[in-house]
Amino acid sequence: MDTLLSSYLPVVIFIGVAMLVGVALTVAPFLVAYRNPDPEKLSAYECGFNAFDDARMKFDVRFYLVAILFIIFDLEVAFLFPWAVSFGEIGMFGFWSMMVFLGILTLGFIYEWKKGALEWD
Amino acid sequence: MLTGIEAAFFYLFAFVAVASAFMVIAAKNPVHSVLFLILTFFNAAGLFLLTGAEFLAMILLVVYVGAVAVLFLFVVMMLDVDFAALKSGALQYAPVGALVGIVLAAELIVVAGGYAFTPELAATASMPTPDLAVRSNTAALGDILYTHYVHYFQMAGLILLVAMIGAIVLTLRHKPNVRRQSVAAQVARTPATAIEVKKVETGKGI
Repeated sequence: MDTLLSSYLPVVIFIGVAMLVGVALTVAPFLVAYRNPDPEKLSAYECGFNAFDDARMKFDVRFYLVAILFIIFDLEVAFLFPWAVSFGEIGMFGFWSMMVFLGILTLGFIYEWKKGALEWD
Repeated sequence: MLTGIEAAFFYLFAFVAVASAFMVIAAKNPVHSVLFLILTFFNAAGLFLLTGAEFLAMILLVVYVGAVAVLFLFVVMMLDVDFAALKSGALQYAPVGALVGIVLAAELIVVAGGYAFTPELAATASMPTPDLAVRSNTAALGDILYTHYVHYFQMAGLILLVAMIGAIVLTLRHKPNVRRQSVAAQVARTPATAIEVKKVETGKGI
């Protein structure tokens, strides 16, 4: 337990340094940057114009399809990690149980490919 | 029991997790809500790590932070829903949320309390957790997941298959009359099939 947690010491140091840099870069402009706010600096000028409406809008549901398919295959890969780590222990049965699992998902992948879910139009 | 620096990290993770979970429902801007949700996931991963569940912690980061939270952000930033109006009365549902939370907490206390009252119960578990010094957490999971719990494992595969087919059936709509590129047809084209030579008689058109 202690060896496990102490092996994460570099991660803690890394996060600490990253937070330090992030906070320093956020605070530094307030201390050293020259500030002279003016509404004209934020206004639309030359060819610019004010926004017509919000950036939010109805958009194609296929973006979700891509995202959901990504998550499913992400989970499939997550199952591969413990399998790879204890590959030597689980023998042929473990090997073939993973092959069946991958085969089931490959069936889904073939369905998805043939159905054209990976194509845009 | 956690002591010293481990306890300090536990309280840090636990406090930040609870505070950011509260901010998820309290934040005005929905994008900030999702960012607080990501912070909650990170702290939950830290708590998993403190209990020795290394694999769960990393999977939480990969799946929830890497995929699910990004999908949430995507939905919140792009979708044409006024989340600010939707959320304006969110805190008035706090009593219902508290009720669900209390029920969940009671269930957790019943489960964890059983182990606290009779510590020898852990030895009767069908798959006792091996010592972390002997076998790492990920390997301990792998030792039993694919052999001893093979039915649950294959069921997980089938559930993923159902999710995949369900997502495709529900959302896939092909536009009619789309002209796709067919690489095979392009490559198979020869001058003989592509060009037609016509003899034009003098004084006449084609």
